[in-house]
Amino acid sequence: MAVISYREALRAAMREELKRDDKVVIMGEEVAQFNGAYKVTEGLLKEFGPKRVVDTPISEAGFIGLGIGASMLGIRPVMELMFWSFSYVAFDQIVNNAGNIRYMSGGLINCPIVIRGPANGGTNVGATHSHTPEAILASHPGIKVVCPATPYDAKGLMKAAIRDNDPVYVMENTILYNDKGEVPDEDYIVPLGVADVKRVGTDLTIVAHGRAVITSLKAAEILEKEHGVSVEVVDLRSIRPLDEETILASVRKTHRALLVEENKPFCGVDAQVAYLIQSKAFDELDAPIHRVSSIDAPQIYCKRMEDLQMPNVERVVAEALKVLA
Amino acid sequence: MAKPAVLTHPESLKRPAGPSEYAKDPVNASLSKAEKIALYTKMARIRHFEQRCIRIYQQGKIGGFLHLYVGQEAVAAGTISLLGKHDHIITGYRDHGHGLMVGMGMNECMAELTGRIGGCSQGKGGSMHYFAPDKNYWGGHGIVGGQAPLGTGLAYAVKYMGLKGSCLAYMGDGAVNQGAVHEAYNLAALWDLPIIFVIENNGYSMGTSQERSTAHPGCLAKRAEGYGMAWDVINGHDVYEVRAKTAVALRRAHEESKPTVLEIFTYRYFGHSMADPDKTYRDKEEIKEYRDKKDPVLLFEQELLREKVLTPELSQKINDAAMAEADKAAVFADESPDPTVADITKHIYWEEDNRGPDTTSRGTIIFE
Ligand SMILES: Cc1ncc(C[n+]2csc(CCOP(=O)(O)OP(=O)(O)O)c2C)c(N)n1
Ligand SMILES: [Mg+2]
Repeated sequence: MAVISYREALRAAMREELKRDDKVVIMGEEVAQFNGAYKVTEGLLKEFGPKRVVDTPISEAGFIGLGIGASMLGIRPVMELMFWSFSYVAFDQIVNNAGNIRYMSGGLINCPIVIRGPANGGTNVGATHSHTPEAILASHPGIKVVCPATPYDAKGLMKAAIRDNDPVYVMENTILYNDKGEVPDEDYIVPLGVADVKRVGTDLTIVAHGRAVITSLKAAEILEKEHGVSVEVVDLRSIRPLDEETILASVRKTHRALLVEENKPFCGVDAQVAYLIQSKAFDELDAPIHRVSSIDAPQIYCKRMEDLQMPNVERVVAEALKVLA
Repeated sequence: MAKPAVLTHPESLKRPAGPSEYAKDPVNASLSKAEKIALYTKMARIRHFEQRCIRIYQQGKIGGFLHLYVGQEAVAAGTISLLGKHDHIITGYRDHGHGLMVGMGMNECMAELTGRIGGCSQGKGGSMHYFAPDKNYWGGHGIVGGQAPLGTGLAYAVKYMGLKGSCLAYMGDGAVNQGAVHEAYNLAALWDLPIIFVIENNGYSMGTSQERSTAHPGCLAKRAEGYGMAWDVINGHDVYEVRAKTAVALRRAHEESKPTVLEIFTYRYFGHSMADPDKTYRDKEEIKEYRDKKDPVLLFEQELLREKVLTPELSQKINDAAMAEADKAAVFADESPDPTVADITKHIYWEEDNRGPDTTSRGTIIFE
């Protein structure tokens, strides 16, 4: 096992898939010559050449749409969005075309595209650049969405996404790019739709995805040390497909649930998870489900306030204590 | 890739920079001494403001993205210096120069960068999102090309209200490849809107040179022909040329209510943003060449020295004052308080901020 960064893990996944399948093409703004705005694709142009690793103009609707079209003929494009925030100028392609084409063709056409890039707040770049569209996109049947929190998951999910025959949207996080973790040397995938219990506990289940997992793990540590509470942390990893069974199994064990996500609360991923728990494990609950999400406003620029707007360790600990009260 | 046989660049750019060929153009010849000094002062203020920002950024007091305008001053200065009461402007994220030109104060601009309540958007927008609607400045937009339709809408509103005005919508050389820009072009031409699309061509979109991003028929402005719009190319290192040629487009907007695409050739001295190490896609020599030979602030200073409008002493005084003003703004940006947590949920909806006896809507609108 090697210890590598989240960024390197994503790169390794793309590199191995580029090698394995000559239909895989990397495409996006600054991915080739500039080595990626966040250096995720660093070195890939050099190794695979300009046919496989392609720089595009700033034309998201155009090049994402082009990738979707190419995937219909069997190319497996891995498209980088410099930020998922920029997906909004390509929304029609991403939702209407990629998400519906298989259905509307009665199953005649597949769309094996991967769209990836960072989708996170917390970097002091203001409202236009801080969107987290996983809930919006996952609300469209036909689309798959994953949000890795660790290097291991980043690599495994990316490889699974590239091999998948449906559109898979991978939401990364610029704040996690430098995080390090163990990643196996041999080929592996993390199947879509399999959550991961990142910490085992007995008193409270925290369900989270993306960086909220890391925040929740830190909070769990404090809850254990300072409050003697044993917290289980379930990392969804995949938003759609959603691993309902792992969530329910944990709640059946702890009887209490706190949902943490960096989205704004309205129709967030956790709204769906809360519905799931109350509909399938209502009798198991010893307390109402609580959640911590971002304060309901466009992302504020001021860094100090943005840190308070988003779920942080203090807010998660405080809310956990309420569920346990 | 399609390489045009003939590049359509401004004639003056093909010669070494010297005395401006546009000094005698009526819009420039008619300027009083004081007006010329004021124009130079504004350019110097942009330069010193931006350079002060670099230091604050390096001290860690500005986070996120910081896109500097150094090298491009003559574009905002030349175009905006022509505008009147019903002329509006809108731009992308490289928006500090335009802000200072319309008359925003250094204090509010600097404090926005540090995210303080004294900032022009009370610390909510940041570097990429400056606004001063009271000065006809409609932003500051972070999404490449997104401002082009908005600018078209501002021009539409001006025309709708029967005003003799216009909108100048600025964008970069990379932005011209956004679909929204082409849709805006078509609407502007179809409906005869008084808009000037100003392409600030600094040669690069992030690490991508213009040649690698854009198929074009000789220059970017010429794409206007596809929509039957007038267009021109401008040497953006010469503020007099910027004024002279923009004035023609402005007249077209005011007198005929017709759109124009202007491509202004310019150059940025620093990386795309402060996050760009600027080491890979262009060489130092190229930057030096521009700094030494085509610096818009320096060239205008020399122009005014030749015209005996400026003296070296006066120029020194102007620059010292601009530096002192930027220093003061830096202190203000440091001392102005942060917004509060309660401020996070303000300014989302007009109705919530103005709830009163007349408020009709009910129901939860801000969620927990
Ligand atoms: C829709 C969208 N895609 C990508 C970006 C990221 N981005 C910001 S600026 C930029 C380059 C723009 O270059 P150009 O239009 O030439 O303007 P310049 O920065 O040179 O002023 C890119 C790719 C963005 N902000 N919005
Ligand atoms: Mg540019």
